[in-house]
Amino acid sequence: MLTQSPDPQRLKTLINADQIDLKNDAELQAILKAHKISSEEFQKILKITERAPTMAELGVYSAMWSEHCSYKSSRVHLKRFPTAGTKVVVGPGENAGVVELEGELCVAFKMESHNHPSYIEPYQGAATGVGGILRDVFCMGARPIANLNCLRFGQQDHERTSYLLARAVKGIGDYGNCVGVPTVGGSVSFDATYNGNCLVNAMAVGLINRNKIFKGFAAGVGNYVVYVGSATGRDGIHGATMASDSFEQKADRSKTTVQVGDPFAEKLLLEATLEALDKNLVVGIQDMGAAGLTSSSFEMAGRAGNGLYLNLDLVPLRAKNMTAYEIMLSESQERMLMVVDPCNWPALVEVLDRWQLPHAVIGVVTNSGRMQIEARGRLEINLPVSPLTDEAPVYNRELNDVYLSNADSGALEDLQLQLQEDSVFASQLFKKMLKDVGSKKNIYEQFDRHVGARTVLDSDSGGAAVLWIRSDETKDAPYLGLALSAGCNERRVRNNPRIGAAQAVLECAKEIIAAGGLPLAVTDCLNFGSAEDPSVMRQLSDSVDGISDACRQLDTPVVSGNVSLYNATGPENIHPTPMIGMVGKVADIRRVTAARISSAGEYLIFKLSGENDSKSTAKLVASLAAKNAGLPAEEGRIADIDWDAEKNAAKAVSILRSAEIAKYVRSVGDGGLGVSIFKTCSKMLAESHSLEILTSDAGSFFGETGSTYLVCLTEVDVSRAQAILRDINVSLELVAKLYGRKENFGTMPDRSILVKTYFGCFSTTELLKEYNA
Amino acid sequence: MEYEVLVQLKGEVLDPEARAIRDTLLAQGVANVESVTIAKRYVISIGGSENESQETIKKITDTYLANPVSQTYKIKRLSP
Amino acid sequence: MKKHSPANGTIRVGVVQFPGSNCDDDCVDVVRRHFDFEVFKIWYQLTELPKLNAMIIPGGFSFGDYLRSGALAAHAPIMRPIKEFANRGGAVLGICNGFQILTESGLLPGALLQNRNMEFICRTVHLKSASNSILSMPIAHGEGRYWIDENNLSELEDKSRIAFRYCNEQGLTNQTANPNGSVANIAGVYSENKKILGMMPHPERASDCLMGGSSDGLKVLSEFFNRV
Repeated sequence: MLTQSPDPQRLKTLINADQIDLKNDAELQAILKAHKISSEEFQKILKITERAPTMAELGVYSAMWSEHCSYKSSRVHLKRFPTAGTKVVVGPGENAGVVELEGELCVAFKMESHNHPSYIEPYQGAATGVGGILRDVFCMGARPIANLNCLRFGQQDHERTSYLLARAVKGIGDYGNCVGVPTVGGSVSFDATYNGNCLVNAMAVGLINRNKIFKGFAAGVGNYVVYVGSATGRDGIHGATMASDSFEQKADRSKTTVQVGDPFAEKLLLEATLEALDKNLVVGIQDMGAAGLTSSSFEMAGRAGNGLYLNLDLVPLRAKNMTAYEIMLSESQERMLMVVDPCNWPALVEVLDRWQLPHAVIGVVTNSGRMQIEARGRLEINLPVSPLTDEAPVYNRELNDVYLSNADSGALEDLQLQLQEDSVFASQLFKKMLKDVGSKKNIYEQFDRHVGARTVLDSDSGGAAVLWIRSDETKDAPYLGLALSAGCNERRVRNNPRIGAAQAVLECAKEIIAAGGLPLAVTDCLNFGSAEDPSVMRQLSDSVDGISDACRQLDTPVVSGNVSLYNATGPENIHPTPMIGMVGKVADIRRVTAARISSAGEYLIFKLSGENDSKSTAKLVASLAAKNAGLPAEEGRIADIDWDAEKNAAKAVSILRSAEIAKYVRSVGDGGLGVSIFKTCSKMLAESHSLEILTSDAGSFFGETGSTYLVCLTEVDVSRAQAILRDINVSLELVAKLYGRKENFGTMPDRSILVKTYFGCFSTTELLKEYNA
Repeated sequence: MEYEVLVQLKGEVLDPEARAIRDTLLAQGVANVESVTIAKRYVISIGGSENESQETIKKITDTYLANPVSQTYKIKRLSP
Repeated sequence: MKKHSPANGTIRVGVVQFPGSNCDDDCVDVVRRHFDFEVFKIWYQLTELPKLNAMIIPGGFSFGDYLRSGALAAHAPIMRPIKEFANRGGAVLGICNGFQILTESGLLPGALLQNRNMEFICRTVHLKSASNSILSMPIAHGEGRYWIDENNLSELEDKSRIAFRYCNEQGLTNQTANPNGSVANIAGVYSENKKILGMMPHPERASDCLMGGSSDGLKVLSEFFNRV
């Protein structure tokens, strides 16, 4: 049946590969440094291996114990996340998290980072980021139905920004569009903190029946270990260790380590994998992602408590003379490792051949508890599995006792005063803010947002994405939907990591609530600076606590996630950016509300808020206004979340929607009220409808307060709205009026946006120009 | 025999990429750039006799490499 | 939801699937939900078609769009029986990549080239049909610029073979309404016998007002099936 079978009997006859020379200290130190292995870690390696390791073995340790694969600096904190819940089907630790959506139908999802490769080669870095996260989802048996991407770049006028933005967007689009998964949401923003380190976080979401979930399990002694997918080349060798690298100035020398993606190969792999899993042809499956064959084989063996014997001469290669080291560490894309019972092998071959996927049986599952790997007649790797996976170093890195990073120079008070009294300054700042936050149309129009014919709301609607789940498995819920949101306000996290990270979770929840969904569960991608910096570790620890607080309040357990450390250039760390991805359930997609007005008419725009309207400067802390006025994120102290106010506001939104009074709803977040009103009306403004903004104080216009939503009503519904909300502790304040046509305010033509009291009139064209730049 | 096939859009068809390159070069101050044409280059080795391989490369080009509606091509023999 | 029923007997619709097709399930779905027809997928390697009355070649990136969009699919084994089916007067609808495959295989005239702005464009556009109705439907393509030489363009115009043109909300087929630079704003084309229709916009994505606000796609599909 097999032309060349991997035969563990060969182990008896193999010559051992050369071990590293422990006596040549200079060389040894150089090797350890190149592999980022500390001397303590090396002592541990000697103990586990019980001799000096071979180069290939050292490469394996280096990859498996890298930050990216082992989470060694973050694990002590990550275990504080709330990960359990009645709807959790698969928690953290697997390829993706899975939660119950309706009956047996579940949602599998996860977010992952691809920051360092994207800074070096943004097109391929972003593309392969999408590829990797899709594989994590579909190798569990879930068909991916949506992608979201969160991108962070340096200042808009930084020399590298437009290049990184354009190429990353093209990479995401080309890959996602070709694979046929709609890219429906995410966030893009710019800040000087990312000048030397961009962030590319990709999230994928898929649907799966709870009884058909597959895991990465190398079970069944004697079962075949099968390599499926594109041939292995030298791409990305040491990508896992590079991801744990902070950049020196010369990033270009690393261009050879970037992986190259082939979305067509991924599409074939996706279809073949789903078919094979649907037919139950496979015992265990894992994608070859970071650290390629090494991590997938060790993780699968580790989970099953078994060993593997592999013969690397059987691995399909596309480069000549690859060494065992290179084959084990290659990060060539679009490859899977499967464990198959020999009696299912012919059926699996039929599926793989039909989908034109290269495949090879490269080994078998053994009961040795060891990873025994040969190449060219030599035993290159002979390591115990469990110690390597279970005893990966865990570091309790030093962290500052307290987060001491706020400034109180009085600059915020000055800013508020200036905004209130100097209308020219205020209007210039507003234009600057519109340019900063900008329309993302040029970006999201490059993404196919409708393939799959499920999309109800996407980036174009301005808020959370909503998909209509019309599955045979949920016939009793014909209007069931899924809401998706992702992002993070890094300035708030910089100001106060605990509160800011909690707010990142809350912002996602508010977007989902504004659209008409109920938050279900969370995935996270923690992007931080250097683990050796105690202030960064304090940021990480506090962020974990903040996320945990919010997740408990919202009952949204964390079911999957990723950590990216060393996002730093020399001593400069990025703002702590714990990116959050959230899924929510929509009971009825006929009752969803977009965040952007898309049909002509007259709308009264109300600010709905659960908090008492305080006039304190707490509103401007870490705001978009403060940022654009040149104030650092650490100026001032952000206020803690008032959960009661948030819950009241959410309830009020829900009531208004059920009563069909709220026609459009937007969660007010980054940028505050003025920016939110503009974004809500941007489509109609482009069609020359006029807008009158009625709020009269700078704090309200520029401030960013909690528990605030914009609700758009028609005049006839106003009194009904006020009546319905009478018993809930929320305030409903009229803040703007969108006309159904063009009006002229003032004596000059095309002065059709009025900000009462202190801006005077804006030309719509002028503002749209900044917004669309 | 080794053949080179160059395939490009017909003259009357707009090639926005070529135009963008030309415009960028001019905008960057590169003097005297008059036109830019982009072609895809295929290098194909074919066994068999000279006549057979010549027939084959023409067939490959007409059937696959060039779309006769919008593209033109040039075939050149690189080596025997 | 009332389904459209055929005038006589059951109509059998085949949806072709190539490696890389992405919209095959969407097409099968839309027919199943809104029409009282039998619908099934057809694998690209078949050299003989099962009995059917209509075919849909769906959107996606068949063969990764390698060589040119639709170029490799045009040579797939299934294309010979499809050509024979078409020559016998069979009805074939090519959507997006399907339109590209139809032009590459010579079943429809012209060629689909890279968008004028060199970017992939996904947005909802307005179309003017041959009967002058204005429809709303999404496009999503990187190579949707329709090109045909002047003589053949005149032929299309004279024989009313232009099925759809990009237009604005008021029905004006001007340059602003042209998303990709197509000659004469052409978004879709008929064969001589009007039984083959190729179009870049996606009718299967405009089948329910709850998604994107338009169900005009159903009108297009109904009209296509009426020609069967």
